[in-house]
Amino acid sequence: MDRLHLSQHISRQFNSEIEDVRRQVLAMGGLVEEQIAAAVHMLIERDAAGGAEIREREQQVNAAELAIDERCAYILARRQPAASDLRLVLAVVKMLADLERIGDEAKRIARLAEGLVGEEGGTDITASLAELGVQARSMLRGALDAFARLDETLALDIMRRDKRLDAVYKGLFTILVERMQHVPDQIPVELDRLWCARSFERIGDRCKNLCEYVLYLVRGKDVRHSGLAKTTGALGSDA
Amino acid sequence: MTSLPETASGSDPASGVTPGVEIALEMRALSLWYGNRQVLDGVSFGVPARTITALIGPSGCGKSSLLRCLNRLNDEVAGCRVGGQVLVGGVDAYAKDALVHELRRRVGMVFQRPNPFPLTVYENVAYGLRLLGVRRRRELDERIEFALKSASLWDEVAARLDDSALSLSLGQQQRLVIARAIAVGPEILLMDEPASALDPAATLRFEELLHELAQRYTVLLVTHNMQQAARVSDYTAFLHQGRLIEFGETDALFTNPHQRQTEDYITGRYG
Repeated sequence: MDRLHLSQHISRQFNSEIEDVRRQVLAMGGLVEEQIAAAVHMLIERDAAGGAEIREREQQVNAAELAIDERCAYILARRQPAASDLRLVLAVVKMLADLERIGDEAKRIARLAEGLVGEEGGTDITASLAELGVQARSMLRGALDAFARLDETLALDIMRRDKRLDAVYKGLFTILVERMQHVPDQIPVELDRLWCARSFERIGDRCKNLCEYVLYLVRGKDVRHSGLAKTTGALGSDA
Repeated sequence: MTSLPETASGSDPASGVTPGVEIALEMRALSLWYGNRQVLDGVSFGVPARTITALIGPSGCGKSSLLRCLNRLNDEVAGCRVGGQVLVGGVDAYAKDALVHELRRRVGMVFQRPNPFPLTVYENVAYGLRLLGVRRRRELDERIEFALKSASLWDEVAARLDDSALSLSLGQQQRLVIARAIAVGPEILLMDEPASALDPAATLRFEELLHELAQRYTVLLVTHNMQQAARVSDYTAFLHQGRLIEFGETDALFTNPHQRQTEDYITGRYG
């Protein structure tokens, strides 16, 4: 079937409910993206001042999750949506959970960054962590763009990038373990850096999930647990 | 058993039926004209046996006309012409030697507005049996009780069999009409918006009855109510301007239809 169009219902009321939900998800995604950016800034600049702002924004993210979830429940109850409208609501409900968890990871990174503020050395590691953070943030932006534009090609591209992010994480993991082995006194600090890296890696996984929901919305195929090769095959050679 | 045929020229719906499924009723390139006006154009699909198939589409798309082709009610319409084939259990309903009254026994019909005869409850159900030559009181009683039980009406009318059918509620009258159709041993039940005159509670009871009926009979149901089609049917056929646009399992069609027109219709982007 050709490109989805999620508006243009005969019922303008329904149109606007669907559009509101989409807008609210993108706004929530924007907040979460800011969380990641703020956490990366704290890591790079060793600046604990951003922590309070992140905690406050976390409240907004949680409130957005609840509000959008509730709107989705109303749409299901009142409109009994079908086909692409149903898939949109289901995709949004799933996306909310992943976005909220990404927000949690960003908050965790911020907390760890606060603890690393006074630590000397590890400039190269910090730079690697920052790069991971930039990649993770870029993946989230890409996933949100894919949702906004119903772009399955972009969604698949983001899913491929998660593989690269995983590889960078594994490399950093190895380096940090070696550092812990060489300087056991530094284990707590290196562990904090490891948890930061792990959080960025988890953000990448969650962005992959978001893209799976976009593919479900656009193509009606549930590609969870399929693996990238099988997903690409299932969507056809154009993907 | 017959297998699903190749689709006719024109629209190209997904066959939508798992291979090997028994087909009770099949249309092959079915076309219909009222005088010079073509109402159906090359409709081809098979209705799986002992399931509920919903027929949906905008007003005037030919749903009711299609139903009336299946038991040749359109024979009564002056200037009506049918092309293609209707196979009931593999037998051509429009063959020269086809017995129309036997076809209408095998393919019962229930209309939008309940139409019980102005007779008692008992006599309504007995009417068709008597036409078939059933005379013995005991056999009549047994078959009438079976039909009323199958229509989930027995408990409500067992003590009122001699009451006028017109004294029943609309929901009860509709179930009485179903009992009347069941009594003569059909294989297929055609229903043209059977619940549209019923209140919400009666509608839900009616939908429960449909599920029970589908264990014994094949049901083809025309409905304007999209949610009803989604609730009750196993398969759905979408018609537009006399053509079949898509046919498939209801779950799949209502979550991920193949055709843009189907998507637009069931999501309300369509007048």
